[in-house]
Amino acid sequence: MSLDSRIRGAEGGGTEPRNPGASGDPIADLISGRFPDARGRFGPFGGRYVPETLIPALERLQQGVREHLHAAPFQHELAQELSSWVGRPTALTFAGRLSQRWGARIWLKREDLAHTGAHKINNAIGQALLARRIGARRIVAETGAGQHGVASAAACARLGLSCTVYMGAIDMERQAPNVDRMRLLGATVVPVTSGDRTLRAAIDEALRDWVSDPLGTYYLLGSALGPHPYPYLVRELQSVIGREARAQIVERNGALPDAVIACVGGGSNSIGAFHPFVPDRTVELLGIEAGGRGTGLGENSATMTYGRPGVLHGTYSMLLQDENGQIQETHSVSAGLDYPGIGPEHALLASAGRTRYETAGDAEALDAVRALCECEGILPALESAHALAGARRWAASHPGGTALVCLSGRGDKDMPTLQKTLLA
Amino acid sequence: MKTHETIGAAIRAAKARGEPALVGYLTAGFPSRDGFRQHLQAIADAADVVEIGVPFTDPMADGVTVQRASHAALAQGVTLRWILEQLESMPRGKTPLLLMSYLNPLLALGSDALASAAVRAGIAGFIVPDLPFDESAELRAALGSRDIALVQMVTPVTRPQRLEQICAGSQGFVYAVTMTGTTGKSVAVPPEVTRYLDAVRARSPVPVCAGFGIRGREQLELLRDHVDGVVIGSALVEVLERGEDPGRWLRELRSR
Repeated sequence: MSLDSRIRGAEGGGTEPRNPGASGDPIADLISGRFPDARGRFGPFGGRYVPETLIPALERLQQGVREHLHAAPFQHELAQELSSWVGRPTALTFAGRLSQRWGARIWLKREDLAHTGAHKINNAIGQALLARRIGARRIVAETGAGQHGVASAAACARLGLSCTVYMGAIDMERQAPNVDRMRLLGATVVPVTSGDRTLRAAIDEALRDWVSDPLGTYYLLGSALGPHPYPYLVRELQSVIGREARAQIVERNGALPDAVIACVGGGSNSIGAFHPFVPDRTVELLGIEAGGRGTGLGENSATMTYGRPGVLHGTYSMLLQDENGQIQETHSVSAGLDYPGIGPEHALLASAGRTRYETAGDAEALDAVRALCECEGILPALESAHALAGARRWAASHPGGTALVCLSGRGDKDMPTLQKTLLA
Repeated sequence: MKTHETIGAAIRAAKARGEPALVGYLTAGFPSRDGFRQHLQAIADAADVVEIGVPFTDPMADGVTVQRASHAALAQGVTLRWILEQLESMPRGKTPLLLMSYLNPLLALGSDALASAAVRAGIAGFIVPDLPFDESAELRAALGSRDIALVQMVTPVTRPQRLEQICAGSQGFVYAVTMTGTTGKSVAVPPEVTRYLDAVRARSPVPVCAGFGIRGREQLELLRDHVDGVVIGSALVEVLERGEDPGRWLRELRSR
């Protein structure tokens, strides 16, 4: 069951073609909507690896997605909320002084200006609207940096749904301001003290909660991963980032950018930024993973760079694991990137050579926080600072080029960490 | 008799004696790596089938008891390879052995290597809690070519048509999860649970064993006319945590 054999299978060369109807060009299949296929596969990646108890809940969700997501009433309701409550479209900012310093033209897609301070709200309000339509009474969510938890709590308050958020004990400490925000917004925050006490353990616990009440509870998953149909659903809801940014930069810059750069943890802001550019094959799509403090197992969260294919949290994708298939502890200064897996669509895009992944370490990310504060008067989230650090390196090798950077969130939540680092 | 048929035969033999078969669970290497052989022997002597748990870092279908055992075993360096080697070097008993593992450790070994190692280790079947029926064709084929069973799970929320399909596809036995939730919480046995178990039994060509939350004699009495066997998991882990003899505990469960 090697990656090679699975990819061969996806291309129809194996004994059992895994994607009936696939054309042999995975990028064409992604663009045409043939991927994910009926089994939730993006080529060899994706699928639905969950306990049997969750199958009826996933089938109900899939039915809801099919029935509502692209139907006019839902789209109308979502568009209303995105414009009047979330504050979309978000701005596209030309970073003039930063461009001068780094030597390439840097444009920022300002997801930090979206309500609650990050791109997570695009997905949270979309899924909460969907949950209400399919009759869920109660929402559970996981959170790492706390942004998805805050977004879910806000969306649930807006729609009158009850909300429980699982959060790792380590993350609760380093993102303390977000914990209080969630509580003010009416959510119950449950500390997770099992496992690695970060995002991964929070997902384990949220799944356990959902298994206990699969039909009454809706699991509002925060990234483009997990069992089908979540990777597809989250990508569809986050693609608003790339759609807006593409139109804005074409209008303001007069041309497509040379590169789109985004940070990658589970991969939701990046897939949202990348997806609308996938057909523009001249545009380089560059994901920046958390290089943490080194290249060894446990020192980083760079799944595409150091991982191998495997199954975690319901999906077959790239994974940081040891030779025995045990999931590795991860490290990043940014809680939102501190996760050992990645969404299956990224794994497909990378295997087809359409996206590329690099790492930026803790120190580089902190430098980028300082640079954006100094040059543009914007305090970025530590997650987004990884994308900026990647952009800085890209600029050095592409002087005069044009890069669109997804500034996925604002950094107010990171003050406890910044007090111990940049301000210490 | 083919290897995978020994499981059903052991369950039916117990049932013929008038008792639901006992499937006893042990997290490999818990509470100690050194005690694995001894604990396995004790459970194998008292139970009709043994389910050996392969520890995993993210056991999402399990409650706190099995999580605790799993992490303790991992901390002592227990791996799937080690378990297979231990079993291979042990004398073969007559109690059928099953491996319970999440999918990723199995993928890391590869399904063909897994199947041949399982034959050498004398394993009759596998239970993979995060591998639903729809995703199981590849592993089932690899195991099936070596006459090893892949036990499928059904739950109270499984729809009738799917129930039919899963029962037809399960080997060894059908693992009927008694409740929605994770392992280890004590479960009541209301009439809807026994009705559900009766429905599973009516459709299943292989024996039906109930599992998740079965902890004592009282539940066994309520379930006895509705199942062929019961899986005792977290309760047995707790017996080991208390430092008691799991074999004696199982024998008392039967005779009380």
